[in-house]
Amino acid sequence: MAMTLTLRVWRQAGPDQPGRLVDYVAHDVHPDMSFLEMLDVVNDDLIRKGDDPIAFDSDCREGICGSCGLVINGVAHGPDPGATTCQVHMRRFAAGDTIVIEPFRARAFPVLKDLVIDRSALDRIIAAGGYVSVNAGGAPDANCLPIPKHVSDQAMDSAQCIGCGACVASCKNAAAHLFTSAKVTHLALLPQGQPERARRVVRMVEQMDEEGFGACSNEGECEAVCPKEISISNIARMNREYLKATLAGE
Amino acid sequence: MRLESRIPGGPIADKWDKRKFENKLVNPANRRKFTVLVVGSGLAGASAAASLGELGYTVKVFGIHDSPRRAHSIAAQGGINAAKNYRNDGDSVYRLFYDTVKGGDYRAREANVYRLAQMSVNIIDQCVAQGVPFAREYGGLLDNRSFGGAQVSRTFYARGQTGQQLLLGAYQSMMRQVGAGTVQLLPRREMLDLAIVDGQARGLVCRNLATGEIEAHDGHAVLLCTGGYGTAFYLSTNAVNSNVTAAWRAHKRGAFFANPCYTQIHPTCIPVSGDHQSKLTLMSESLRNDGRVWVPRNPGDQRPPDQIPEADRDYYLERRYPSFGNLVPRDVASRAAKAVCDEGRGVGDTGLSVFLDFTDAIRRHGEDVIRSRYGNLFDMYTRITDENPYKIPMRIYPAVHYTMGGLWVDYNLMSTIPGLFVLGEANFSDHGANRLGASALMQGLADGYFIAPYTVANYLGGTPLPAVSTSHDAFQEARAAAQGRIDQVLAVKGSRTIRDFHRAIGALCWDYVGMARTAEGLDQAIAKIAELREAFWQDVRVPGETNNLNPALDYAGRVADYMEFAELLALDARHRNESCGGHFREEFQTPDGEALRNDEDFSYVAAWEFQGVGAAPALHKEALAFEEVHPSQRSYK
Repeated sequence: MAMTLTLRVWRQAGPDQPGRLVDYVAHDVHPDMSFLEMLDVVNDDLIRKGDDPIAFDSDCREGICGSCGLVINGVAHGPDPGATTCQVHMRRFAAGDTIVIEPFRARAFPVLKDLVIDRSALDRIIAAGGYVSVNAGGAPDANCLPIPKHVSDQAMDSAQCIGCGACVASCKNAAAHLFTSAKVTHLALLPQGQPERARRVVRMVEQMDEEGFGACSNEGECEAVCPKEISISNIARMNREYLKATLAGE
Repeated sequence: MRLESRIPGGPIADKWDKRKFENKLVNPANRRKFTVLVVGSGLAGASAAASLGELGYTVKVFGIHDSPRRAHSIAAQGGINAAKNYRNDGDSVYRLFYDTVKGGDYRAREANVYRLAQMSVNIIDQCVAQGVPFAREYGGLLDNRSFGGAQVSRTFYARGQTGQQLLLGAYQSMMRQVGAGTVQLLPRREMLDLAIVDGQARGLVCRNLATGEIEAHDGHAVLLCTGGYGTAFYLSTNAVNSNVTAAWRAHKRGAFFANPCYTQIHPTCIPVSGDHQSKLTLMSESLRNDGRVWVPRNPGDQRPPDQIPEADRDYYLERRYPSFGNLVPRDVASRAAKAVCDEGRGVGDTGLSVFLDFTDAIRRHGEDVIRSRYGNLFDMYTRITDENPYKIPMRIYPAVHYTMGGLWVDYNLMSTIPGLFVLGEANFSDHGANRLGASALMQGLADGYFIAPYTVANYLGGTPLPAVSTSHDAFQEARAAAQGRIDQVLAVKGSRTIRDFHRAIGALCWDYVGMARTAEGLDQAIAKIAELREAFWQDVRVPGETNNLNPALDYAGRVADYMEFAELLALDARHRNESCGGHFREEFQTPDGEALRNDEDFSYVAAWEFQGVGAAPALHKEALAFEEVHPSQRSYK
C-alpha cells in the first residue's frame, strides 16, 4: 500500500547562499523503503522533471559509516531510537504526513549544499590527540597486556561512536562533548592510553573549543539521539579527566 | 610486455625476509623529499598513509568521503584472522597459508599468501597497541572464534564491528600524522585520472566534490587503495558510493586488470524487497554457527514456516554436506541457495530467499544466549524487514559482497605501471578465486602497515625520479581528459536517470555474470553491455553543473565506468572455461554439482591489457606454480 507524503526540505545552493524550506510531494512511497531510498525516488523524479535533486550524504546504508544525518521532524536521525537516518524505514510514517527534513545544524558544521554539511571539525579533534602514539612495527605481543573483560567491554561501548555529529545537531549549544568524550573515555579506560592520558584530554578539549562548538549544559539531548546509544556518563568522565589533567599542570 | 611477478627465490618461509634485505632503503633525512599520493582511506589506505607518515615521507590522502573514517572497511562485521595459535588448537602460519590457498581454490600466488599469513600476527599486535578493543576473556587475554568453517579458532573480533574498530585504529594513527604534519588530508576528492611521465606514475587528477574544481597533484608514487567493484552489480553489500573509477582509469592508462570474474557472493544477506532498494545488507556469516538453513521439501509450499512439519522441510546444506553442514564456504552455500530457489522452493513473496532458522538453537541455549551472540544482527534484521527472528525464521539470500579480482600487482604490490602500487581489495593478489571469511581485513592491513612501507621505499630509493610538476604536459592532458568526460556526460541531456542505467547494468551482471555463468549467457551479456553503453551515452540525464557540489554528476561518472568495466568482467568469465571458487560455469561441474577446475589449462592469472573501449583487451598470463600446496578437488562433504 503505497503512500503519498509531503516533504518540506531545506534547500540551499551553496555555503554562502541563503536557504529555505521547499515543499515536495512524494508519491508511491512504499512502507519497506528506507528513508534515504524514499529520497532517491524523489530525486529521480526531480531529475526527470529537470529540477535540481536534493543533495544529501550517505554511503554504507547500514548504520555504521556515519555519513548520513538528517534532522527529521526536528529530531536528529528521526523517530527510531538507536538508529541512523539510513536505518529509518517509511513504515514509521502514515499516508498524508508532512515530513520536515533539515541538515545537522551547528556553527562548526557549515552547510555545503542542501542537506550536506562539513564535519571536518570532528576529524581535527581526533588529530589533536584522539590516538595512541605507536608506530607500526614495534608493538609487543598482543597477549602481553591482559585487560579485564569488563574494562575492555566498557571501552568498546565508547569506541562505537560513528562520528555522525547527531549529538552536536541535537544540542542547543551545539556542543561536541559526547563525541569528544567517547574517544577520551575509550582510551582513558585502557592501559594503552595511559601515557598520554592527561595530554590527550587537554588537547582534544582545547581543539573542540577552538572549532566553535558550544559548552555542555547537561541537557542529555545528545544521548537521546545517539544512534550508538553512547552514554552521557562519558561526558562526566571527560570533565573529570580534564580537571585532573589541568590541576596537575598539563 | 612480459609479466614479472618478482617473487624472491628460496624457501617460502624466507622469501619476504630475503626481499626486505634486498630492498633499497631511503635515508631518514631524505624521506620528506618524497611525496606519496594515497588514494582511498580504508584499511589499506589509512594504514599505508599512517605508516609512511611515521617513517617521514610526505603523504597526501585522497578520499571521496567527508571524513576518511567513513571508508567502507568500516562496515566489515565478523573479524580478522591471525595465526597466533593462542587457543593451542594446532594453528600456525603454515596452516593459515594452506587454508587460504585451498579456500581460494588454487588460484592465488603462494608467495603472497604465505607473506600474508606471516604478517597476520603482527597486525593483531599493532592493533592492540593502538587501543583497538578486541573481545577478551575473563582472564584478560584476547578471545578468538572459529569463523566461516575454519577448523581452528583464529578469528579476533570486536563485537560485530571489527572493521569499524580496525579502521578507527588506522584512522587515528593517520590523524596523529596529520597533526604531526607528515600527512595531508584531501577529503571529498575523487581520482579521475593518473598522470604518467616517462612511463612512471607521477601524480593524479581529481575532482574536488565539494566545489567541482579539477585539481592536479604531483608526487613520486601513487598508491591505489580504492576497494572493489561489487557495485557493478548495482545491488551489493558495498556502500552506495563504492566504485571502480580510480582503478578503471588507471587500467585505461596501462595498469593490467587481473581475474575480474572472481567475485564473491555472500550467502547470508537480507533479501531484496522491491525495485526501490539501493543496497543489500549483510548479516554476518557467524549466524550460520547456530542457524539452520532450510526450504520446503516441495515447490510451491506456501504454509507459514511454523506450520511446515519436519518431514516437509529440506535442510539442504546438512543433507548435501554432512561434515560441514551449514558452515560450508561462502561460494558453496550461495550456489546451493540459488539451486533450491531455481527449483521453485524459495520462500518469501519473491520466492528468492531461504530460511535461516534459530528455533533449535533457542530451544537448546535459551533466547538470552542467542541474544547475547547475535542481538545486534537480529535488531538490524527486524529494523529492515519488520519481522522478529526470535519467533519467525530469518529469510536470507546471496548478494555480491567482495571482489577477489583487481589490478594486477607483482610481489611488491606494484602494478604494470612503475610507481603505481595497488593495496587491499583493489588488487588481485591474495585470495585467488574465493576469499575466506575474516581475511579481507587481514589483507588490507598487511598491505598498508607492513608491506607497502618496504616496497614503496625500495622503489623510491632505487629508481631515478626526475623533478616533475603539475605544469607538465601529462598533467594538462589528464586534466583535460577528466574535464572532457564530465562535460560529455552532462551534455547528453537524455531522458533516463543514472540510477536507471545503473540498475540495468547491474541486472545484466547479476543475471549473466552472477552465481552461475554459461558461455551462451556470457556471449549475450557482452553484446547487451555494449548496447547499454551506447544507450547510456545517448540517453542519460545528468542534472546540474560541473562547478559545484553535484552528487548526481559524481554518480554518473562511476556508472559510465561500469558500462566499460562490465564488459571486461563478462569477457574474463567467458574466457575461463572452468569453474573455480566464485567463478562457476555451469558447463564445468562435477556430477554432483560442485565446481570443476581445469588445472591443466587455467592454472594462471589472467591479466588484461586495455586496448580501447569496445575493443578486445589483450590477455597476458602469469602461470601459477604450486610448490607447497598441491591442488586437489575441494570437498566439504
